[in-house]
Amino acid sequence: MKNLWLIAYLDLKESIRAKWFLVYSLVFGGLIALFFIVGVTESQVMGFSGLSRLLLMYIQITIIILPIFILITTVRSISGDRDNHILEYMLSFPISLKQYYWGKVIGRFITVYLPVVFAMLIAIIYGAIKGAEIPWAIFFLYTGLLFALSSAFLGIAFFISSFVKSSEVALGIAFFIWIFLLAFIDIALIALMMQQRFNEELIIGIALMNPMEIFRVAAISLFDPELTVMGPVAFYILDTISQMFFVLLSIVYPVLVGLLFAFLGFRIFTKKDLV
Amino acid sequence: MIKIKNLSKKFGSTLSLDDVSIEFHQNDSIALMGANGAGKTTLIRSILGYYHPNTGSVLVNGLDPIKERQEVLKNISFVPQLPPPIKLSIDELIDYIEGSANVKREQILHYANEMKLDIQFNMHKSFFKLSGGMKQKLLIAIALAGESNIIIFDEPTANLDPKARDDFYRLLDRKQNNKILLFVTHRLEEVEALVNREIYMDFGKVVSDEKI
Ligand SMILES: Nc1ncnc2c1ncn2[C@@H]1O[C@H](COP(=O)(O)OP(=O)(O)OP(=O)(O)O)[C@@H](O)[C@H]1O
Ligand SMILES: [Mg+2]
Repeated sequence: MKNLWLIAYLDLKESIRAKWFLVYSLVFGGLIALFFIVGVTESQVMGFSGLSRLLLMYIQITIIILPIFILITTVRSISGDRDNHILEYMLSFPISLKQYYWGKVIGRFITVYLPVVFAMLIAIIYGAIKGAEIPWAIFFLYTGLLFALSSAFLGIAFFISSFVKSSEVALGIAFFIWIFLLAFIDIALIALMMQQRFNEELIIGIALMNPMEIFRVAAISLFDPELTVMGPVAFYILDTISQMFFVLLSIVYPVLVGLLFAFLGFRIFTKKDLV
Repeated sequence: MIKIKNLSKKFGSTLSLDDVSIEFHQNDSIALMGANGAGKTTLIRSILGYYHPNTGSVLVNGLDPIKERQEVLKNISFVPQLPPPIKLSIDELIDYIEGSANVKREQILHYANEMKLDIQFNMHKSFFKLSGGMKQKLLIAIALAGESNIIIFDEPTANLDPKARDDFYRLLDRKQNNKILLFVTHRLEEVEALVNREIYMDFGKVVSDEKI
């Protein structure tokens, strides 16, 4: 147990010193700063205003860029250490593979999760100082969604990292998965829907297997379902399932997906040659 | 004691270890030699439990180094062929080693000092920023600081200046009792005074094994 935290702690320290972490934090912090500068909180377009609007814009952008950030920075963690013989040395000490692997997972999770939540917190605090009303429900929902989003893609990244032979291939796979979940599934489903050969429930069910789609819908689930920004899938879901149930689903399901992939990655890590 | 029986390991179509059977006993000091690509590193990594063999088995003190890796590795100190580009600072690296193995910080500092490595001054530097020789000195110090009874060096002196090599062999001479000492080396004359067994490998096979 002690070693698990030691490894997580050392991985965290190592990440924080890395250049990618600096860029990563600047992107999300900068996003919030930018919103304030351009006055998003003052605008009154389309029914929501102030901090709610800012948070909504923040999460919509985050849903797109966080996964690729997590994938490209994490996908090389184990395969990279294997490539340059770090594993060969670090694993020559009597540490259990379980502690090593899950320690890395936990360390990475903290590294990727904290900056995005922190950026949101800054927005809340700054907004409060400026006298805006704080949308707590949205804030907590988004904190949970970001947790789930980080888990899902971190798990997938560790899974890829455990079996790829080289870092370059890992990057390629990561990029493909991101694009696939981001756009291709939607495009394919829309095509199917237009042909009207399958019923709506089936198509929407498939759409919801994709964690990115769940996030998109969940992110606007607290807003009025009549809003036009929502799109057909979101409208259908929020019209059919109770809001509470859907919010829970949108957090629990991606966390499970992440754990499943991380666990598969662990199995492969222990079953294959280590170096 | 290390017992290797009919061990074969294939990577794709290259057979890196070809039906190797060999035993190492207490008080063996071994020079393991052979051309580049002969399979020396592969043999060592199999002892450390990194590879799943295609056939055969490795037992260290009666234990399987894959299934009981922690028990097995408690008894082994290892210095790799190339110091890896670890990004942790020296301080953090020592934390990791203290936490995971039975090695005391003071002992590492002591041996680093004996190897003429100014470790205090570099404590917060990233390991990979040290010079090649300094890295190797630190890894040697760490290996010597452990109380393990199997010490494995995969060409540890490649980057060391002649003075440092002498320090290294002098320190090792003192530690030798009741241990298994396994050197991979291309320069027999350097370790001749230290070893009592010479093994040659070629094409994944042990081609000669002499006690001296
Ligand atoms: N992980 C690996 N994947 C593929 N081939 C490998 C791997 N490790 C070793 N080999 C191959 O196995 C053979 C033996 O390699 P090994 O590293 O054991 O040689 P060595 O005796 O240590 O050589 P050197 O003196 O150069 O260090 C080589 O042909 C090498 O290419
Ligand atoms: Mg070698």
